[in-house]
Amino acid sequence: MCKSINLSKTRQLILSLLGIFFLITSSSTFSIAAGEGVSKVKEQDWTFSGVFGYYDRAALQRGFQVYKEVCSSCHSMKYVYYRNLSEPGGPGFSEDEAKAIAAEFTVIDGPDASGDMFERNAVPSDKFVSPYDNEAMARMSNGGGLPPDLSLIAKARSTERGFPMWIVDLFTGYQEQGVDYVYALLNGYKDMPSDFPLQDGMNYNKYYPGNQIAMYNPLSVDIVEYADGTEATVENMSKDVATFLMWSAEPKLEARKKMGFKVIIFLSLLAGLLYFSKKKIWARLDH
Amino acid sequence: MSDKETKETNRRDFIFLATGAVAAVGVASAAWPLIHQMNPDSTALALSTIEVDVSGMEVGQSITVKWRGKPVFIRRRTRDEINLARSVSLDDLPDGLARNNNAANTAIATDENRSIEGKEEWLVMLGVCTHLGCVPKGQSIGDARGDYGGWYCPCHGSHYDTAGRIRKGPAPTNLDIPPAIFLNDSVIKIG
Amino acid sequence: MSKISTYGKKYEPKSGVSRWFDERLPLPRLMHNSVNAFPTPRNLNYWYTFGGVLTFCLITQIITGVVLSMHYTANSELAFGSVEHIMRNVNYGWLIRYIHAVGASMFFLAVYVHIFRGLYYGSYKAPRELLWILGVVIYLLMTATAFMGYVLPWGQMSFWGATVITNLFSAIPVVGGTITEWLWGGFAVDNSTLNRFFSLHYLLPFMIFGVVILHIWSLHVTGNNNPIGISVKDEQDTIPFSPYYTVKDAFALVCFLILFAWFVFYNPNILGHSDNYIEANPLSTPAHIVPEWYLLPFYAILRAIPSKIGGVIFMFSAIAILFLLPWLDTSKIRSATFRPLYRQFFWIFLANCLVLGYLGSQNPEGGYLIASRICTAYYFIHFLVVFPLLGIIETPKPLPESITKSVLEKIKTKEIEENK
Repeated sequence: MCKSINLSKTRQLILSLLGIFFLITSSSTFSIAAGEGVSKVKEQDWTFSGVFGYYDRAALQRGFQVYKEVCSSCHSMKYVYYRNLSEPGGPGFSEDEAKAIAAEFTVIDGPDASGDMFERNAVPSDKFVSPYDNEAMARMSNGGGLPPDLSLIAKARSTERGFPMWIVDLFTGYQEQGVDYVYALLNGYKDMPSDFPLQDGMNYNKYYPGNQIAMYNPLSVDIVEYADGTEATVENMSKDVATFLMWSAEPKLEARKKMGFKVIIFLSLLAGLLYFSKKKIWARLDH
Repeated sequence: MSDKETKETNRRDFIFLATGAVAAVGVASAAWPLIHQMNPDSTALALSTIEVDVSGMEVGQSITVKWRGKPVFIRRRTRDEINLARSVSLDDLPDGLARNNNAANTAIATDENRSIEGKEEWLVMLGVCTHLGCVPKGQSIGDARGDYGGWYCPCHGSHYDTAGRIRKGPAPTNLDIPPAIFLNDSVIKIG
Repeated sequence: MSKISTYGKKYEPKSGVSRWFDERLPLPRLMHNSVNAFPTPRNLNYWYTFGGVLTFCLITQIITGVVLSMHYTANSELAFGSVEHIMRNVNYGWLIRYIHAVGASMFFLAVYVHIFRGLYYGSYKAPRELLWILGVVIYLLMTATAFMGYVLPWGQMSFWGATVITNLFSAIPVVGGTITEWLWGGFAVDNSTLNRFFSLHYLLPFMIFGVVILHIWSLHVTGNNNPIGISVKDEQDTIPFSPYYTVKDAFALVCFLILFAWFVFYNPNILGHSDNYIEANPLSTPAHIVPEWYLLPFYAILRAIPSKIGGVIFMFSAIAILFLLPWLDTSKIRSATFRPLYRQFFWIFLANCLVLGYLGSQNPEGGYLIASRICTAYYFIHFLVVFPLLGIIETPKPLPESITKSVLEKIKTKEIEENK
């Protein structure tokens, strides 16, 4: 028995040393991450976080509206299809609605029998139509900057979590770094220090690394008119569009979380049965 | 003593059986995604309907379009071809069924049941030989069209008539007709 | 009791068919003797179940990998899009890809437990040196496979990880540049690099499978080590592998699967890097390049050395030194249970590796750089000084007479405690 006491003493020593180490280093982590005036991104409440997460259909539909009417003038979404809008786990448009939405856009198809390319209305099996034909055109229209494709943006951005949050996140299943960042960014066009050396053609943003972003503030109150009567404040619109972007990055999230719950319940049951089987079998050795 | 032993054996066996059964269910459920991933994915399913503009087609002209990765023959038939197809007695057909997805499964292989309803000029069918899947000749001018003036499969010598019905050779059934309707005078929707 | 006695017996063909088979290809005999009847020390604890877990991981990675390659396109223009196609359009594609991606991390988690278990109980010592060396070979192949697999999605981290790691070879004097271009098949990481990495990523797991068979073969020649490190003396010390360890391993595996499922279904992206959801761009490097977590300690060692070639040498030596471990450790006692000094150093070494991993994820500046130099120094001191020295200066605790005696004593103390 003295063995186990010894062990735990060593472990305690090591653990406390580790703890001290992480505490010291983590303080400097924060100073790097939050350094130079970049504000820390706050966690938001999302319906899709956690074990029972799901998408708020109305928010997805409003978010799509914001994307369509505001973001899509510069940002493409080349991995999303119009048909996705009516698929399970998505914004919940009907098939006819998705068809009608697609038909608002024109795609270039062809060549036809005489070898010419032709324009036609988009159909649900088409991908979202990009605002620019190619990267060069996108850059030219945006003062040299390339507006990133938004299909995956909610997974392609992250926030510095620091110690101990990066360990805590392993156990809480926090997967909303990117979407929290998108929301923060859209609300971050404010509080510029008076002595900030802003460059020509750039905009101040609290949350953007370096605080200078080429994108101008895209949202202003009532820039869209919501059909369901939701107030079109910047907070509401950014929350809706962030939700929409999370869905476009992770369209199978609902199916994944539902299946995960069943799988873990099932495995726990199997583990319990195996535990008793193991006990029974090993009991034979006691005699 | 023996009573106790039997009881224990029963309980033990029950736990083992339950464990085995649950584990088997787990393995089977895990296998399904691995099998289902090979089924047509959502991009393939989304493309399962196409619309073809046929307003420019002359009488006697054929075009081939791709639907679900397979060739579909669209032919605007001449009067002679229609008459030839209608003159055939059903008893002379190796396959007496229409094989038309727009009609009942039991529909007989008359020319009326093979062409598009109300538009007897138009024949729309899968250009896939029902023998082993080659694409029959007969779409281009100058192609061999077989003994019955329709289509001829060069792989193993199947002859199809002007309604796409098998007449001679190893193919077991008439050429399949996919779901096809005229949306208006010039556009056919396939699928 | 009759049921038990059928286990543990050597293979006896029961029917005419099995006798006919046995005389021509004794595969059932081999399986029976090495799985069912294999005599295993009776005192293996749960740390010994990770061999089974690792076998499961390897098979899972191979199955999901074969399936993913049915939908993946190894072309620099199409690769990123084909992964998104898997995630969005293929039936259960998201599930299979997340299992494969998280599976790589789980594989490494399990292999690290397995390696540290070997370090704690002295499983690398005679007569198991070759068993250990084969294990290190498997680990090396695993890192190569994982590295190349991470390149395939062709995200920013894929591309720049590949660039940085292949550039390590340019540190080799004289021929470095030539070798790097040969690896790339061009003048930078590009389509040809992606194609060959895909080919090798598909090949290496089967090589791992081959070495695993050798690893298990070697295990079955020497027999298992065990937590007290005393060799098996007679039949009493062992029990047949099946059903005792099959059921114990199965229980441990399912517990491991719960953790696995947690990551696949609720935390699938936390072990990866968000930059890998941005398509590779050869003109712009991400602000902060890090390898996957399981390679971070080696990355820290690489950056701790202030010379390019030196960093590369130290990083590879950090793995290569494991090959020499059976001869660096001079102690005759296997298990740390009876080595009071070594036990302390074991935990220090483990902590040192964790800290190195953390340092690998941070920018190599200021305090981090100093810390990673200290930890790198300790890593090598542990092998080159601590291991040889401890065997000489340490006084081990008295060993039990046999495995059976130690098991029985444990039961007795347990009973006494319960009676209290």
